[in-house]
Amino acid sequence: MLSIKNLQAGIEGKDILKGINLDIKPGEVHAIMGPNGSGKSTLASVLAGRQDYEVTGGSVEFNGKDLLEFSPEQRAGEGLFLAFQYPVEIPGLSTVNFMKTAVNEVRKYRGEEPLDAVAFLKLMKEKMALVNISKELLTRSLNEGFSGGEKKRNEVFQMAMLEPKLAILDETDSGLDIDAIRIAAHGVNAIRTKDNAVLVITHYQRLLDYIVPDFVHVLYNGRIVKSGTKELALELEETGYDQIKSDYQFA
Amino acid sequence: MSTVTTIKEKMDLLAAKADQLAPVRQAALKAFNNFGLPAPKHEEWKYTRIGNVFNLPLQWAPDQVDAVTAEDLKPFLLPGHEEANVLVFVNGVYASALSVIRSASIECMSLEAAMDSGYAELVAANLGHSGKYLTDGINALSTASLRGGVFLTVKRSKDAEHPLFVYNITDARQVNMLSQPRVLLHLAENAGLQMMETYGTIGSQESFTNQVMEVVVEKDARFEYYKIQNDAAHASQVSTTHIRQTGKSFVHAVTISLNGAIVRNNLNLVMEAEYCDSHMYGLYCMQGKSHIDNHTIVDNVMPHCESNEFYKGIMGDASTGVFNGKIFVRQDAQKTNAFQSNKNVLISDDASVNTKPQLEIFADDVKCSHGCTIGRLDEDGIFYLRSRGIPDQVAKSLLLHSFAMDILEQIKPEPLRNYVDRLVSERLAYEME
Ligand SMILES: Nc1ncnc2c1ncn2[C@@H]1O[C@H](COP(=O)(O)OP(=O)(O)OP(=O)(O)O)[C@@H](O)[C@H]1O
Ligand SMILES: [Mg+2]
Repeated sequence: MLSIKNLQAGIEGKDILKGINLDIKPGEVHAIMGPNGSGKSTLASVLAGRQDYEVTGGSVEFNGKDLLEFSPEQRAGEGLFLAFQYPVEIPGLSTVNFMKTAVNEVRKYRGEEPLDAVAFLKLMKEKMALVNISKELLTRSLNEGFSGGEKKRNEVFQMAMLEPKLAILDETDSGLDIDAIRIAAHGVNAIRTKDNAVLVITHYQRLLDYIVPDFVHVLYNGRIVKSGTKELALELEETGYDQIKSDYQFA
Repeated sequence: MSTVTTIKEKMDLLAAKADQLAPVRQAALKAFNNFGLPAPKHEEWKYTRIGNVFNLPLQWAPDQVDAVTAEDLKPFLLPGHEEANVLVFVNGVYASALSVIRSASIECMSLEAAMDSGYAELVAANLGHSGKYLTDGINALSTASLRGGVFLTVKRSKDAEHPLFVYNITDARQVNMLSQPRVLLHLAENAGLQMMETYGTIGSQESFTNQVMEVVVEKDARFEYYKIQNDAAHASQVSTTHIRQTGKSFVHAVTISLNGAIVRNNLNLVMEAEYCDSHMYGLYCMQGKSHIDNHTIVDNVMPHCESNEFYKGIMGDASTGVFNGKIFVRQDAQKTNAFQSNKNVLISDDASVNTKPQLEIFADDVKCSHGCTIGRLDEDGIFYLRSRGIPDQVAKSLLLHSFAMDILEQIKPEPLRNYVDRLVSERLAYEME
């Protein structure tokens, strides 16, 4: 589904990603961990098409297509979703209106008829129940004055609405209380099928208790320096990154 | 002959007329001769070259019986028109055939008649009051030209059961036309009025509207006022709304500016009583070479008043904008609470805005805050929307609409709000093409 080969990217002449290789197959869950500033969000942003970052080398294939050729909105149309580490506040735009536009633009991209008001409401109700989010929150200005946890929950709601093929969750668990993590994970698991995949960026094992990864990768200094199965996450929780840092800082 | 010369000749004739308004006109004519048209060096007209409008041969024809019909009016009608009290001015002159007053609580008469009525004292004290704050030839021109103006009063303890719609129509089918509509509006004690007004130029010749509306709001009265400016791109106007709050009262004013060549608004709020509560909102959304200038004055004369002023602008193409917000807090006006904000988004490299808050505070126990910003659309916001599948152009117009939202929400009557919302949405979709 996703095949990243030797991806290099940076900003304003500063190299951040220094050759990432990663393969994700349908149905899989991958987790990326790694110290602060190692490039996790940069990788997520480059995949979602943020133009501030310059891709200086490598390639990304998404369902057989060259992902890097697409605009951000085309990538969403192709089935990519990024839950932001820092969701943006948009005063004056409600989540409901935002999603109405987004869902129908994505449908248009895929050559599907737009949802009418009734069908949209039905879809929304279903997804609201799934992630346990209130109508009140969804009619307020997008993320404005939301608590940290509410913002993250709203990201999961948006993901559920758009039913992506590949969902990238950038620290969706930070700021969530214990119950909310469980609900968010439930939302992610509920939309999982054998055809779609999830890439979870996290610092903590807790989320991975609920969204169980098939593979865990450690990103350090712009490279994936270690990969393993779910046990690797547990191991890191025990030992921290000291060993990895000392092994790889001159790599 | 230049426009100013011909206008002066007519004003001389008017001043010589021995009617009730003659003394007011004569005084204003003196002022006009003294001020002349505002030159760019005039502090209040630095960025708005209104004198250029007079370079054209403009006709001012206040006695002309006009050819504007109800049919001609149709494109300008605001939603709710059928139920409303309607005042139509054609080329600045009250057109009784097109106007209707449905509310028993509203009395409407010519300014001349008002001078002969029980309201004579009120009219004398308030007609031309705006000239105390606007010391320039444009304001003097209006007062020196008094003709075809209207006095309206909403009676004590009555909410006008129908809103008041005012249409300022200029017939520019044959010649370049100068219109000078004039209203003196009085809200008696505990009266309530919802008023909306708009401007329309018929025909492709130039038009210039020099409007003055003076409002007196008495104790416990409530005045809700919407100004919708979406005239032709070749139409210019100076629109003055001068509101005196002579008793503890409530004012809610919303100014929406969407089109015009030069659009200059003077909105003055003179808070002459304690515990006045006033709100001024503005949204301007310009394109082409339009120029929008919002000059506002909040004059706090007495203690314990609250004013809240919030203007937003979206500037496209080569449009230019001016915001100048003056707040005076006089020595006696302790416990004044005055808030002012002006935010602008430039969506074109050629657009520009000059924004200037001006606070003059002579009392010590007051709360005043002001702020202004001129910026671009937030890139993070654009990316956020695009990452959800929303195309770049749609994302931008959605963000601009969101930016305008808190001003649009201040339009309380739903049909009018929806109407303006549609105009704004169309504009923003167009801007982004
Ligand atoms: N827009 C930018 N301008 C300059 N430097 C940037 C920019 N974006 C990222 N960086 C730098 O790139 C490096 C990687 O940042 P990134 O946000 O990808 O880290 P991360 O792994 O997500 O960290 P965290 O765990 O703290 O979220 C950091 O050193 C960061 O300062
Ligand atoms: Mg990060």
